[in-house]
Amino acid sequence: MLGQIHSIESFGTVDGPGIRMVIFFQGCPMRCLFCHNPDTWQREGGMQKNAEELLDQFERNREFYIRGGITASGGEPLLQLDFLLELFEKAKSRGISTCLDTSGICFRQEDPRYQRLAEVCDLVLLDIKQIDPERHRHLTGHSVFPVLRFAEFLDRRQVPLGIRHVYVNESLNPPESLQELGRFLGRLRHIKSLEVLPYHTMGISKYEQLGINYPLKGVPAASKKEAQDARRQILMAIQEERKKTF
Amino acid sequence: MIDAYKGFVDGVWSQEINVRNFIQKNYTPYDGDDSFLVGPTEATLKLWDQVMELSRKEQEAGGVLDMDTRVISTITSHGAGYLNKDLEKIVGFQTDQPFKRALQPYGGIRMAEKACLENGYQVDPEISEFFTIHRKTHNAGVFDAYTPEMRACRSSHIITGLPDAYGRGRIIGDYRRVALYGVDRLIEDKQHQKDSTRVIMYSNVIREREELSEQIRALQELKKLGEIYGFDLSHPARDTREAIQWLYFGYLAAVKEQNGAAMSLGRTSTFIDIYAQRDLEKGVYTEEEIQEFIDHFIMKLRLIKFARTPEYNELFSGDPTWVTESIGGVGIDGRHMVTKTSFRYLHTLSNLGTAPEPNLTVLWSVRLPINFKRFCAKTSIESSSIQYENDDLMRVTHGDDYAIACCVSSMRIGKEMQFFGARANLAKCLLYAINGGVDEISKKQVGPEFRPITSEYLDYEEVMHKYKAMMKWLAQVYVNALNIIHYMHDKYCYERLQMALHDKDVKRWFATGIAGLSVVADSLSAIKYAKVRTIRDENGIVVDYEVEGDFPKYGNDDDRVDAIASEIVHTFMTYIKGNHTYRGGVPTTSILTITSNVVYGKNTGSTPDGRKAKEPFAPGANPMHRRDSHGAVASLASVSKLPFSDAQDGISNTFSIIPDALGKEIAVSGDLEVELELDEVENNE
Repeated sequence: MLGQIHSIESFGTVDGPGIRMVIFFQGCPMRCLFCHNPDTWQREGGMQKNAEELLDQFERNREFYIRGGITASGGEPLLQLDFLLELFEKAKSRGISTCLDTSGICFRQEDPRYQRLAEVCDLVLLDIKQIDPERHRHLTGHSVFPVLRFAEFLDRRQVPLGIRHVYVNESLNPPESLQELGRFLGRLRHIKSLEVLPYHTMGISKYEQLGINYPLKGVPAASKKEAQDARRQILMAIQEERKKTF
Repeated sequence: MIDAYKGFVDGVWSQEINVRNFIQKNYTPYDGDDSFLVGPTEATLKLWDQVMELSRKEQEAGGVLDMDTRVISTITSHGAGYLNKDLEKIVGFQTDQPFKRALQPYGGIRMAEKACLENGYQVDPEISEFFTIHRKTHNAGVFDAYTPEMRACRSSHIITGLPDAYGRGRIIGDYRRVALYGVDRLIEDKQHQKDSTRVIMYSNVIREREELSEQIRALQELKKLGEIYGFDLSHPARDTREAIQWLYFGYLAAVKEQNGAAMSLGRTSTFIDIYAQRDLEKGVYTEEEIQEFIDHFIMKLRLIKFARTPEYNELFSGDPTWVTESIGGVGIDGRHMVTKTSFRYLHTLSNLGTAPEPNLTVLWSVRLPINFKRFCAKTSIESSSIQYENDDLMRVTHGDDYAIACCVSSMRIGKEMQFFGARANLAKCLLYAINGGVDEISKKQVGPEFRPITSEYLDYEEVMHKYKAMMKWLAQVYVNALNIIHYMHDKYCYERLQMALHDKDVKRWFATGIAGLSVVADSLSAIKYAKVRTIRDENGIVVDYEVEGDFPKYGNDDDRVDAIASEIVHTFMTYIKGNHTYRGGVPTTSILTITSNVVYGKNTGSTPDGRKAKEPFAPGANPMHRRDSHGAVASLASVSKLPFSDAQDGISNTFSIIPDALGKEIAVSGDLEVELELDEVENNE
């Protein structure tokens, strides 16, 4: 089976533990206002690779990845679920650590393939763009519920989860949303990390190249401090929720 | 057992000069973290302020504060010099004042004169006359023996940076011996070596006896250097402070005599730790005092200065002394060699602030303790001043008591030394192969008059055939020029003190070097996989190239071109080995032009890879700038294919990466479980 791959980063250090080969999948259904990779939206384009090829490339330089592994990112890897499954299943059989970086938007409870997926993910980095259903739809064009169900689904199967959340500003990330997110996370048991990433404007040039309108024109980048403050609010809400739950 | 050794575990080290055995029997591996470290004392801060003030004045004065123009530097040439005698716990400067650069004419009087002149000083005319008429220098000796061909290669820059007018450096005395044994014992040992030489006076036996006499004289002068500062170095050091001071005097004596291109320190931290550990256990010194000794010692190493010319500084991008200290590593018995003093040495980067010297080099192994790795990472992030080298690779050949001279040259301390040999410009050599030995810039016949390539388009087989013949010629001229250089250096500028701190039978590495590897690899790849058209001047000499089509480029983990790079290294090394080397030197090569790649590029015409005349080479074994387009791992993978067995003197790859691409700050991601618990603690308080 061939996967539609946007690009490969051979020295990825920010998408999962250790040094990782990050495979960016082509295609994404989400249209997040702050997306900095609009070049991965279309399902066509990039290059076609099969799982063996990608894993051979990894193993060729395995010395560099002793504490790392492969990360499927994108784009949205779940759009190519069959290919993703093949890639991760083969990786596991070769003893390679796997990490999935996803928005979870494609998740369907009734699809049995997700059972298999949960078995071959060593870590899932789940981007929760927004917790509030209205705001989520505004921000991404999609419903938030598949994302939340996916988080709960993985948590039940004890898949380690890393949560990622982009902080733009107070109007897009109001305190009540942050607290609500924290309360949701407080009910999960297998969260390993929480990253709150300050929104940046480095994607603008890609929009210009692609001739697409940049939706957040004029919105300034968030500071590291703002992101840290937001993270702290989420953490406090997690704690409160945990006291109630456990 | 004598008093100085009380508390040490005995071993063969007490019967023979054997520092490694002493270390292995006595050191305490440390697995803990950095929480035991202490900040600078008031005295340290005061002294460092004084140093910063002097540095500022030095900068204002144009880079040199003061130079000696009358007194020729020897081990005992100057009186004692201090920053502040009452505050300094470790003492000694190269001259009678800090920041005053010594006059060291034995490598070459012209270089010494030039260094003075260009910094606004003039060497005493009597001294100039003396070293021109009465006392020959290394430089004068070399030029007496050079062939016209060697001179031509030198001025056309196909062989560059030869240590024929300055000190060769790259020799590490085992300065620890001064502390462990005291000078009297070392003299006794050298005297025994002299008494037991062969008695039929072949020239090599005569040389050996003369050198041993010089070594003994240097050791006697080392004792006098101690006396000048009020210390008696004849006996072994009795505590940490003495051990550091004794060791430093050994090093100081070496730099007072030699202005070498790299004057490295060795591997001293774990040795010193044995004394520190004993003193802490006995309550002789506190942690504060031990750290203060080390801070003051490192401060002294930061103030090592030499008189050098602006060109020299341009070539090496600054004013490097290469006071390299090797830290950590793993022993052959499997125990790591990290001690508390390894931490203390690195901690000077925070106590005194960052500095390029001494060049603190961590001998990295996957088996180093995790706390030390973390501390290294932290200190690197804060200071950007630690160099790392692969102990797992070097330990195989050099064991566990080697150190790095300069930036990458490994040698077993006190047992091996190196004849430093600069480098051959293999990119220019390729152009010579194409132009039949005619230099593409000067248009002079420098190389042998082989038949040039006359076709419009270059043919890989033909170029490779001619290139190999030209490399063979280059290797021969190069090695023989080095034979002259090292013969004359031994004769006129012998490192008597450093060699007094070596065993009698020393292994001599005959170091050569390569510049322009990635230019050559890409050029040959272009010729093989694309079409390269020659552009000739009115005399038919190729002065430029036009590449038609694309070709695999070194630095992308592509075997088609990476194999060419490996083949070039292996072939050149084979030709080097085909030559006689002075004093039984064992040939090695290095690929490590870290800063001088710019200057080499300046002196080399356009190359078949599309690089234009005068454009810089890539540093060391690096891929050419912007040609590695497949990410960092692919780039590193190409470099790591080069055969270390052919380039044992070191392969360097200069790698820059923005900090954010190396991982996330703990503040952004964090360890969730830990933080949640911490917060609970805070809330409860």
